[in-house]
Amino acid sequence: MRAVEAVYEKVTAKNFPKGPDMLASGHRACQGCGEVLALRLLLKALGTEFIAVSATGCMEVCTGPYPQSAWRMPWIHVAFENAAAVASGVEAATHVLRRKGRGYNQRIPVVAVAGDGGTADIGLQALSGALERYHENFIYVCLDNEAYMNTGIQRSSETPFMANTTTSPVGSVTKGQYTWKKDMPAIAAAHHIPYVATATPAQHLDLMTKIRRAAAIEGPAYLHVYSPCPTGWRMKPELSVEICKLAVSTRIFPLYEVLDGRYQINRKVDNPTPIADYFKVQGRFRHLKENDVAVITERVNADYQRLVDLSEKFPVENPA
Amino acid sequence: MAKRIGMEVSLAVAEAVKLANTDVIAAYPITPQTHIVEHLSELVADGELDAAYIPVESEHSAMSSCIGSSAAGARTFTATSSQGLALMNEMIYIAPVLRVPIVLAIANRALSAPINIWNDHSDIMSVRDAGWVSVFAENGQEALDLTLISFRVAEDPEVSLPISMNIDGFTLSHFIEPILIPDQAEVDKYLPPFKPNLKLDIKDPISIGLLGAPECYTEARKATDNILWQSKNHVVKAFDEFNKVFGRQYHVVETYRHEDADTIMLMMGSIAETAMTAVDEMRDNGQKVGLVRIRLWRPFPEEELLASLSKAKHLAIIDRHAILGCSSGPVGLEVKSLLYNSNLKPNASNYIVGLGGRDVTRDDFKYIFEKASSGQVQTRCEFVGVYE
Repeated sequence: MRAVEAVYEKVTAKNFPKGPDMLASGHRACQGCGEVLALRLLLKALGTEFIAVSATGCMEVCTGPYPQSAWRMPWIHVAFENAAAVASGVEAATHVLRRKGRGYNQRIPVVAVAGDGGTADIGLQALSGALERYHENFIYVCLDNEAYMNTGIQRSSETPFMANTTTSPVGSVTKGQYTWKKDMPAIAAAHHIPYVATATPAQHLDLMTKIRRAAAIEGPAYLHVYSPCPTGWRMKPELSVEICKLAVSTRIFPLYEVLDGRYQINRKVDNPTPIADYFKVQGRFRHLKENDVAVITERVNADYQRLVDLSEKFPVENPA
Repeated sequence: MAKRIGMEVSLAVAEAVKLANTDVIAAYPITPQTHIVEHLSELVADGELDAAYIPVESEHSAMSSCIGSSAAGARTFTATSSQGLALMNEMIYIAPVLRVPIVLAIANRALSAPINIWNDHSDIMSVRDAGWVSVFAENGQEALDLTLISFRVAEDPEVSLPISMNIDGFTLSHFIEPILIPDQAEVDKYLPPFKPNLKLDIKDPISIGLLGAPECYTEARKATDNILWQSKNHVVKAFDEFNKVFGRQYHVVETYRHEDADTIMLMMGSIAETAMTAVDEMRDNGQKVGLVRIRLWRPFPEEELLASLSKAKHLAIIDRHAILGCSSGPVGLEVKSLLYNSNLKPNASNYIVGLGGRDVTRDDFKYIFEKASSGQVQTRCEFVGVYE
């Protein structure tokens, strides 16, 4: 079955799931955390019958100091770099035990959740292996807050160009992060899995619909979720949702899906907001000069155009 | 009826995994373990074993997947060697405290450097503190039997721990031996289906792997330590019940001609077969020498070892791993530590043999006997047969 044919119910304002919230309140995330907001919405969209696997990181630490746990579904955390591998084992077990008539009487989505470091850096090998092996009920969610926030704002390969972090500091001879953000959705798509999508918690209906779609598809799915971190981005906590909208409207973080290898942009941005608007509210970009912004703008527009080209050349073929 | 078949020991281990009706195998190739998982993938491919075979991209992911599948309630197996076990190290320390039963066959091989694919015990000794039940096989029959026993012990609801079943790489794993392959009905009688105490269940959700703050970390470690010590009784019970079904009795410590021996040679693994021949030859010459072999390495079988050494005047503790910068190998350290707190005071010395696949011969054991029976105690371990 093609991914595009998978049947799922879109999340709308009218049929917004009433709950329960599978991530309980009372966790210890920072004020304004965009990551925990995204996580709560994603889990709420999935209903109650799924298994979650966490990588070590902010979301694991703030939700599970023994004997407390915010996770209302069966949940396992093992280590930092291996959420995809642990989820592979859980998925294989549910699959084979169901076949042998020893439990798991229905298809159960297994959702692995990791941050950008646990995905794009130390967890990349395990993720690549899991995507390549094509586990049937496997959803991987990367909550990307663009640095190692849990250990104190160190740079990752998802940290944007020129962002100031504790290990890509702005110095007298450097301007912060000297590399460009690693294109994780493209890497995931290169595994020819049925579904890759990007999302942010500000476009919450889109975010929730995407994980429903991922769960309905037979085969691995990868969701890359932009997750603002006011603490690490040196930003006012009340700006978390606003910054998501700016990331999309400036083309910095385009919302799109790759279904069966074909591209669909969910929010076309024909007249982008000036990128300076995005930078000026975040302390991590405070040092940027006008010419720096120009360099980044050029790159962002080129990346966006490439995505548009892909969506025009290889458009999603919706079933008749 | 069980059939006696000439079979490579690696394949016999795989046959045991099949007889155990294992649910999930996650494995990565590494010499000399590969024949085990190759044969398992054939058994799955031919439909002889209904299991999920996860061809993971590393040993780290192999053990990660095994933790996940065991937590989901599946009977779980993997195999590795040397660098593979070293890469698993992080996961090896996590599995026991999460209390996930996993059977891990290790075809023991030297750790790099220099890179070397041959046999010693440096791989398993690097994870001896991790909290796994750990057994060593001497021959092919034992490798098959211990694999079945391992599932029974690991999944015992009162144990629920991972277990490593060690076979010497090449010198055991690749040998063809006459091995009794048990009947499926007998195995089914011995090994009930895996019923975990707790699992990832959507009807009864639990959280596994929560953060352990200073207020509870020590308690979690101590609880695992308690269970590991208690597991010895369950190992003994599993050995005894194995005997009832299959007619082969195992003990946590084995002895050979030790009753009246002045000098005891103590060791683990397949070199004991050579050592027994050497003991016979020395006995023919009137030398009062005997042998003690540790089958259960973790938990450390203190009472049984002390009983086996009660009459020894001289003790040669033989290690197949050297702790660099330390006076003894791991077996040497632990046995001497045990003796220190007992009223037994044999002249104990420690000998390092067979590193990186160096042959261990009858002459080596005769040399060790001569040195040990002289009564002279060496405070530092001796590397036997080092070329100058």
